[in-house]
Amino acid sequence: MSLIGYLLMVSGWLLAFTSLFLLAGLGQRLAFVIAGVLVELLGLTLIALHFRSLQRDAE
Amino acid sequence: MTPDLCLICILLIPLAATGLALIHQGLGRSRSAAHAMLASLCSLAIAAIVFVLIGFSWMGFSEGLAHTFHLAGRSFDWLGAEPFFAAGLTSNLTHSLYPAFALAFGIFATGLSTLIPISAGSDRWRLASICGASALSAGIVFPLFAHWVWSNGWLAQLTQLFGLPAFTDLGGAAVLNVLGGLAALSVAWILGPRQGKYADRIATAIPGHNIVHVLFGCMLALIGWIGLDCAASILFYRITYTQVLLTVINAVLSASAGCVAAVVTTQLRYRKPDASLSANGWIAGLVAGSAACGLVSPLATILIGLIAGALVTLLVETLELHLFIDDPGGAISVHLGAGLWGLLAFGLFGPATAPRPALILAQLIGIATLLGVMFPLIHILHLLLNKLFPFRVDADGDWQGMDIRELGAGAYPEFVVHADEFVPR
Repeated sequence: MSLIGYLLMVSGWLLAFTSLFLLAGLGQRLAFVIAGVLVELLGLTLIALHFRSLQRDAE
Repeated sequence: MTPDLCLICILLIPLAATGLALIHQGLGRSRSAAHAMLASLCSLAIAAIVFVLIGFSWMGFSEGLAHTFHLAGRSFDWLGAEPFFAAGLTSNLTHSLYPAFALAFGIFATGLSTLIPISAGSDRWRLASICGASALSAGIVFPLFAHWVWSNGWLAQLTQLFGLPAFTDLGGAAVLNVLGGLAALSVAWILGPRQGKYADRIATAIPGHNIVHVLFGCMLALIGWIGLDCAASILFYRITYTQVLLTVINAVLSASAGCVAAVVTTQLRYRKPDASLSANGWIAGLVAGSAACGLVSPLATILIGLIAGALVTLLVETLELHLFIDDPGGAISVHLGAGLWGLLAFGLFGPATAPRPALILAQLIGIATLLGVMFPLIHILHLLLNKLFPFRVDADGDWQGMDIRELGAGAYPEFVVHADEFVPR
């Protein structure tokens, strides 16, 4: 789960970055960059849940 | 650039480091107080040396040498290419006043950034690995992102590359604070919580041992932050004298608003103001305000500070109670949470040099880069370092305290008795 989280974070950035090349409209770019940030936050959440479950198991 | 004013501002920055160091040790346990202060000092020392030897070469400066690569017909400036060991400066100092200023600023700024994760690793992070993490930060992480934002790197060239406004970080909300906050998050995850923090899946309060130091540290940090905001804005954004004054005013306002918001929030939630969370609110206000400092109105700054202060109290609780992240000094909430909010706030309240959505978009690209590129990089570097120099002290050291375990003597040998050292476990 942790690895998937990290991959999602990198993918989110790639989504945001490539949208700047592929899209010209400001609205389209903004939508894709927001989507990229949301994907990154999803990845961060997955990593956080992974570490939380590790901690719960340890207790 | 006004050299005299810039020099004075740079000389104030160490007070921010002093303030953060006091806050870190005050919010930790008494049995690790000397270790926390020594760790801060060593971190600053290692950061200064490594930054001069390697980091400055990769950070570079505006109109300096840089590595570029080409992608889809666009040229991306991604890394400085100045000589190592700051060799270019000593050969011709009179003609390199700006690089010399950038180097002096960078030494203090990278030191400040390396201090932030120490707070998240309080009471259990070993000194050797703290020094290693500081070296990685000063040698790789900070220079890389500082080049992108402050040395005409690709985030500063969004206008030429994509027709967007440049990603803007006047006082180091991203370059210092968010990077430091991401490092703090990585360290907190690698170390795990302190022993006894989560007994039976319930968070136990481990209060800081000296709240007076914490609050005094906040006052020192204000002076240092004013210097930091002004120096960075003068050096990298060439702000006017009037804007320098506005930067000073806004720094005070953002800290004040952050503190007031934290006091009110904790009063409403816990029926009494919480001193350590209010101190965190003060620093969060400074952090959030530093992204836009001299380029937004005082009213907007107050709003930024108020939201930062309230946000921090909620984030501290969420991280501790729901995500089981033990961050004794609140570094993740303060520097990462408030830093990201400050960067976004520049897009919302910054001067309308472009359509508002374009400003927000530019800031979001910077935020996406911090989360999607810099955090994985920081975490991988920390995981590798953890293999070489294990971050976490052993179980006995955790209970005994870092002072006795690593330094052989406590900070307060005559006055403190640790009852739980004698509790059977």
